[in-house]
Amino acid sequence: MREVAIIGVGLMKWGELWKKSFRDIFVEAALNSIDDAGVERIDSMYIGCMSGGLFTGQEHIGSIMADYLGQKHIPAARVESACASGGLAVKMGFLEVASGMSDIVLVGGVEKMTDVDGGGATAALATAADQEYEVYNGITFPGLYAMIARAHMDKYGTKREHLADVAVKNHSNGLHNPNAQFQMKISREDVLNSVMVASPLRILDCSPITDGAAAMILCDLETAKRISKKMPVRILGIGHASDTIALHNRKDLTTLNSTVKAAQDAYKMSGVKPSDIDVAEVHDCFTIAEIVASEDVGFFEKGEGGCAVSDGRTQIGGQIPINPSGGLKSKGHPVGATGVAQVIEIVEQLRGNAKERQVENAKTGLTQNMGGSGGSSIIHILKGEE
Amino acid sequence: MSVARYWREIPRRYRLEAGKCSNCGYIAFPHRLVCPECGSRKFEDYRLKDTGKIVSFTTIEVGPTEFSDQVPYNVGIIELGDEVRITAQIADADPKDIKIGGKVKLEFRKIQQDGHAGVIKYGYKAVLV
Ligand SMILES: [Zn+2]
Repeated sequence: MREVAIIGVGLMKWGELWKKSFRDIFVEAALNSIDDAGVERIDSMYIGCMSGGLFTGQEHIGSIMADYLGQKHIPAARVESACASGGLAVKMGFLEVASGMSDIVLVGGVEKMTDVDGGGATAALATAADQEYEVYNGITFPGLYAMIARAHMDKYGTKREHLADVAVKNHSNGLHNPNAQFQMKISREDVLNSVMVASPLRILDCSPITDGAAAMILCDLETAKRISKKMPVRILGIGHASDTIALHNRKDLTTLNSTVKAAQDAYKMSGVKPSDIDVAEVHDCFTIAEIVASEDVGFFEKGEGGCAVSDGRTQIGGQIPINPSGGLKSKGHPVGATGVAQVIEIVEQLRGNAKERQVENAKTGLTQNMGGSGGSSIIHILKGEE
Repeated sequence: MSVARYWREIPRRYRLEAGKCSNCGYIAFPHRLVCPECGSRKFEDYRLKDTGKIVSFTTIEVGPTEFSDQVPYNVGIIELGDEVRITAQIADADPKDIKIGGKVKLEFRKIQQDGHAGVIKYGYKAVLV
């Protein structure tokens, strides 16, 4: 396998983008990544998208996006793993470059979620759960994570305040992210007094509905060293695992086994350990998800994740800064784009380009992108190439 | 929901019919073609126990369209007597009375309805005992 590096990244301002179409937002982010890399051609493209069909009525996403990006006849494919679709696109692009099949590959993610109403968005997102044996009986995604939260509180003594502090930290980080959907400071009281969605989770425990896209240019390390004007960021390791689709089929609700397994594989492939990670972006679709993920990737002992947040160990300047971008909470969660945007934040951190949210001396970073209630998890470990 | 899609799940939803692995005893609900524990493809018919305990639960305040007339309603993960776990509503209960470890039994209930002319959908709900 060839070594693979990221040589360009492209984002856009996320939010409720009434004036911009599904294709517009993807092409905007893709062009930004092409300009950032300074490349003239791309050989191939992978796009993470969870449900273009349900959100916008559009499938055949690889071809429409290649067409509107002006990339005539290149191979282009849409990949899907629910909210981990973006992470999956990065993995597919990595494999294509590593194998020698292509030299320069664009990997992107996109979701246009506000062309349907709230009920339509809830129904589209619910397709990531077991339709016949979970959704049929009335459970929602906030409800699934609420049951994880209650089990974690019961088993480890995790407190309601710990969950709130995840949201407070991530919104505080997101204040410094110009692309974030919700650049607003919130307090613990704001979270604890916000409207209940699925007890014990309140609206400020949940990531929002977002339109957005993200894109990156990957190429082999030799070419990267030759053509890249900025510091290439190497993909050192990848872990990708699945788990039961239904939450109820897991013996322990407080651990997401797909994340544990993906982390083990990513650490093994990259030759680094949790204590070598300087900065991480993890999948905080709900506040409890960040706490569980921070334990399952090995930053903290099982049950310590809640205290770690409230003690400031995961803030910028802490032991292991988590979600300096603002996370899904503040940045927004256009489901197919999220996994790509997580990697982009780590690239900016390793390049030393993250301005007010820069983690000092960040050399090695990790991303964790999750599908559904943990039915899939994809982890990338990245390192700046001096 | 199409009638065929609803109809084919009736044995599970109405009668709690499951499969028991002939090799290792794993109980599959719903049925499966291959055992996730041992790889065997042989199953015997098995009927789930209809009593169990609450593993975790939530009260849904913001529901999907099909359930919006039922909010707030309680949903839990229930571990039945044979250690099979399912997701089910916990009906007729004040959230204050629901506890992890609390005992429940399953009852046959109406679950949801496709508008005024569509399929009326039935299945299992848990009640506190
Ligand atoms: Zn078996």
